[in-house]
Amino acid sequence: MTILETNSLSIWYGEKQAINNVSVKIAKHKVMAIIGPSGCGKSTLLRTFNRMNDFVPDMRVQGEVLFQGKDIFSRKIDPVEIRRRIGMVFQRPNPFPKSVRANIVWGPKVNGYTGDMNELVESSLKRAALWDEVKDRLDDSALNLSGGQQQRLCIARAIAMQPEIILMDEPCSALDPRATSRIEDLIGELRSSYTIVIVTHNMQQAARVSNELLFFYDGELIESGETKKIFTNPAKARTQDYITGRFG
Amino acid sequence: MSRRKLREKIFHFFAFSFSWLSVLVLLLLVWSILRDGLHVLKPHFFTSFPSRFAAKAGIYAPLIGSLWVMTLTAIISIPIGVSTALYFEEYAPKNRFADLLQINIATLAGMPAIIYGLMSLAVFVRYLGFERSVLSASLCMSLLVLPTIIIAAQGSIRAVPINLREAAFALGARRYQVVFGQVLPAAVPGIMTGIILALSRAMGEAAPLILLGALSYVAFVPKSIMDSYTVLPVQIFNWVGRPQEAFHDLAAGAIIVLIVFLFALNFGAVIIRSRFQRYK
Repeated sequence: MTILETNSLSIWYGEKQAINNVSVKIAKHKVMAIIGPSGCGKSTLLRTFNRMNDFVPDMRVQGEVLFQGKDIFSRKIDPVEIRRRIGMVFQRPNPFPKSVRANIVWGPKVNGYTGDMNELVESSLKRAALWDEVKDRLDDSALNLSGGQQQRLCIARAIAMQPEIILMDEPCSALDPRATSRIEDLIGELRSSYTIVIVTHNMQQAARVSNELLFFYDGELIESGETKKIFTNPAKARTQDYITGRFG
Repeated sequence: MSRRKLREKIFHFFAFSFSWLSVLVLLLLVWSILRDGLHVLKPHFFTSFPSRFAAKAGIYAPLIGSLWVMTLTAIISIPIGVSTALYFEEYAPKNRFADLLQINIATLAGMPAIIYGLMSLAVFVRYLGFERSVLSASLCMSLLVLPTIIIAAQGSIRAVPINLREAAFALGARRYQVVFGQVLPAAVPGIMTGIILALSRAMGEAAPLILLGALSYVAFVPKSIMDSYTVLPVQIFNWVGRPQEAFHDLAAGAIIVLIVFLFALNFGAVIIRSRFQRYK
């Protein structure tokens, strides 16, 4: 079942076109990886899905982005509502300069969550595989955690909003290999409950964590399909060149 | 010794001597004031009104007057200054008009205080009819400190990392929630520093208040914001102008009180800063 799709989507930053006529379908409860060389538009596409691009001055969108069948760029849609339902994890861990607990609680609180906060903190941290490491220091500063723990806290923070989709923008690029592999394991566990779209630079990572793959080059979608199939038998020469490391 | 190493030594020497030179001058000034003024700091100095007789004179009226004016100035200027900075940084469209306003604010920050005094005399005292009152003085002081507060607050709001904002927006927060929940708390230490600097400047300002009727013979303290008043710097100015040596010592005493005040302000700022930086 498709949860998110784009139809002939093009995006410009001023004169520069970042995304050119892209149509993709993202299936529910799958991990979709977006790969491609730097500047190919993969982060732009990701940030379009939760309308984080709105903050870029003179950004222009053409075409549609449908989330559960509704165009998220329609006038009737409140972008804040979209961001509540589509969470995001950023390239560099960016916990709030507050306690571990406050990091989890802030999003639900500003959105009027009235349930049991302690329970929410515990369940979110457990799902992000961080609970055992931080349960005794929930009131310590989140900035005292290691980089990998901070990134898992950011994932827990996104989970606490009970989103339908989690967008991850190169979530491991600032982490060491051990922390990276923990996050990759976590992504594997999360896909049963969430749809995950992950942008990555790392092809092995895309191969390890994703079910499906989008390969972008210069703002265009070159190839899409099952990860296994693309890695073993790419249809396009350019995809073949990229995944074998001939450029990028 | 190589030529580069020699240059390094020379540069080091100059940097060292000039920085300590200013410290030395400051210490000299403080020492000379303490020498003249310490002996007048007796209880009756704080509880007496000014007098023709140096031995009976005190700073009760200007001390209370300064407290009134500074408190009211803070109440007026901090909310206006911080909101203006927030508006510029978070809401205002970035266009030529905004740039123009920005340049004007920067220019105002460098204006001589006497200009603010003249303008306040015309607008607050005469036109609005506030008379030569605590209110007029505080409004004038607020105008004086606003540009500094706005610029400092803008600087610290701008310095809040973009990824903190992104994190907050990505959790479905409204802009006001991002601003009040994340940006402002992160910017408070810097904003506080700006406010303290600006208020310290206002606290030592005499010129505009002389225009606004800060009298030097005030035998009462203000009971409301519409009462007349005097402030410490005006009193100091007045005492320094007297021929008798004894009044100069009184002025030194009042300067010590003013300095202690400023220290207290700065100490308060340090405490507030450390409270907000608990998670660092």
